[in-house]
Amino acid sequence: MSAAVEDTLGGAGRRTLALPLGGIWRNGLLAAGTWALAAALTYGLPDVIAWGATGLFAAVMLVGAGIFLALSVTVHRLGGFGRTLIHYGPWFIVLGLWLGLWEVLTAKLGWLPKPFFSPPQGLLHVYVTDWERLLICIAYTGRLWGLGFFSGILIGFAGGVALGWSKRFAYWGMPLLKLIGPVPASAWIPCTFFIFPSTFHASIFLVALASGIPVAILTAAGVSQVNRSFYDVARTLGADNRFLVFKVAIPASLPNVFVGIFMGLYYSFAVLVVAEMLGAKFGLGWYLQFNTAYSAYANVYAALVIMALICAGLVRLLFVARDRLLGWQKGIL
Amino acid sequence: MALALAATTPSDSIALDVEGVSHRYERDGTELQVLDNVSLTIAPGEFVALLGPSGCGKSTLLRLAAGLETPTTGRVLEDGRPITAPNPDRILVFQDATLFPWRTVRANIATGLEARGLLGEKGHRIDEVLKLVKLEGFADFYPHQLSGGMAQRAALARALVNDPKLLLLDEPFGKLDSLTRLRMQNELLDLWKSAGFTALLVTHDVEEALLLADRVIVLSDRPAAIIAEVRVDEPHPRQRDDASLVALRRALLEELGISHDV
Ligand SMILES: Nc1ncnc2c1ncn2[C@@H]1O[C@H](COP(=O)(O)OP(=O)(O)OP(=O)(O)O)[C@@H](O)[C@H]1O
Ligand SMILES: [Mg+2]
Repeated sequence: MSAAVEDTLGGAGRRTLALPLGGIWRNGLLAAGTWALAAALTYGLPDVIAWGATGLFAAVMLVGAGIFLALSVTVHRLGGFGRTLIHYGPWFIVLGLWLGLWEVLTAKLGWLPKPFFSPPQGLLHVYVTDWERLLICIAYTGRLWGLGFFSGILIGFAGGVALGWSKRFAYWGMPLLKLIGPVPASAWIPCTFFIFPSTFHASIFLVALASGIPVAILTAAGVSQVNRSFYDVARTLGADNRFLVFKVAIPASLPNVFVGIFMGLYYSFAVLVVAEMLGAKFGLGWYLQFNTAYSAYANVYAALVIMALICAGLVRLLFVARDRLLGWQKGIL
Repeated sequence: MALALAATTPSDSIALDVEGVSHRYERDGTELQVLDNVSLTIAPGEFVALLGPSGCGKSTLLRLAAGLETPTTGRVLEDGRPITAPNPDRILVFQDATLFPWRTVRANIATGLEARGLLGEKGHRIDEVLKLVKLEGFADFYPHQLSGGMAQRAALARALVNDPKLLLLDEPFGKLDSLTRLRMQNELLDLWKSAGFTALLVTHDVEEALLLADRVIVLSDRPAAIIAEVRVDEPHPRQRDDASLVALRRALLEELGISHDV
């Protein structure tokens, strides 16, 4: 009897609890809460100094809160995208909290003062007022980065294969590579000015160098570490040297090559500022320097956020490419 | 199946001569003698099994015959010509399957044909050998998705698709369960009879050697020298409890230094 009572009570209790929360994304609700809190803090408390776009930032946060509120009931109907959102739920909550804290520490309390720090609305203000110039900068940087990075990893890869494969290449090339590798990009500026016909070419060279060297080193290591028995098997099956290089050495070292490309991607972004020191008229790196010189740190932060987002997006793309090419590795790694 | 393979490509065989071969490996300045004056003649189409203790130099002998290594002294000849380089006429199935992990089973098997530009002409053979080793359902699997025995069968298929004239097998059935092992032994035997290649099989299984080979050669501990040679004249199919085979088995085990009651 007691078991039956417990059963009905427990069942009822479970049902009342389960019904309203059935399809609700709890983290979405919490995110809506933290974002609304950030909006309220931004709008409700007075700024210590004027930053511009305070109302706009509060509105953006409020819209964000509204979106999370709507998502908290609909997210389960969004399929794969919904699952991604759910996965990042805790991040959204913390993001709201972090934006609120950032807002209070800078604009409301002034503990992190102007001009060294900027509240979120300071960045937003930059995007709203300076977006045209930022877009042009993104385009210029994109062109420089694209040309430099792709030529760099291509040459780095080809050189790495040669270094890993041929003893003679390694004899002459490896010491050079080890010498060149640690030289900071800015040290190249004097000779690049002399060697290259234009500063744009010199900038491309710097980006290519930064991305090519890790690719070359890791490719060389990968090719030289290939299990000798793979070559033995291929040779007994009638493979010539060409086959050994292109169908054995390269596929076997591809995991290493990708590590090199990931490193090259990060280095190429780090070197952009230096590369755009060479008389560039536009570009994110140029934008950073220009605004640092004028102590316009809000603009600097705004451009840094853009660079970070672009870099993260490229890393993501590279992961997709790697998973496609290295599907055979699953279970080994 | 094996008959069909033979019908499509009449494959011939080669004679293998090992003449006074000694072999040393050099490691950190010290020399390790592995083979000691080994001489051995294998007639075209003959099936020879090699027995010997672990680490005595059996795999080394196969590498010499495959042309992956040149002997320190002595000569290894195919049909009287010195073997200087690997050649797909003489294919070695390695002790570890050594499948290329970035290639599917089908692409692994296709490697030899691809390397010699015969994929268009002989590509259909891939499906035949896949069936022969019972991997037709696994053609698109990657090596890491195979069991150890399946990988060994795939490695065997990768060799067979090339119609070798000399097949060098390094413990090819070592990782198979006893039933698959029996079946693969029979398949190999059928294939050998129909395709007519010369076979040199390294095994640590005395029974396997007696069931398959025309001749069983026993090597000593390292440095390996030939210490016994047994001719098996029983016709195929052989029964493992056949009185003469049991006697031979006992004799071979004694040569290997193992008592009767094992
Ligand atoms: N590349 C090499 N360099 C140096 N020593 C080697 C090399 N390959 C093999 N050896 C040595 O040669 C000896 C014989 O090796 P091998 O692989 O031929 O033995 P095996 O008879 O096939 O043994 P198992 O039955 O265990 O496979 C071993 O002592 C081994 O250490
Ligand atoms: Mg061996």
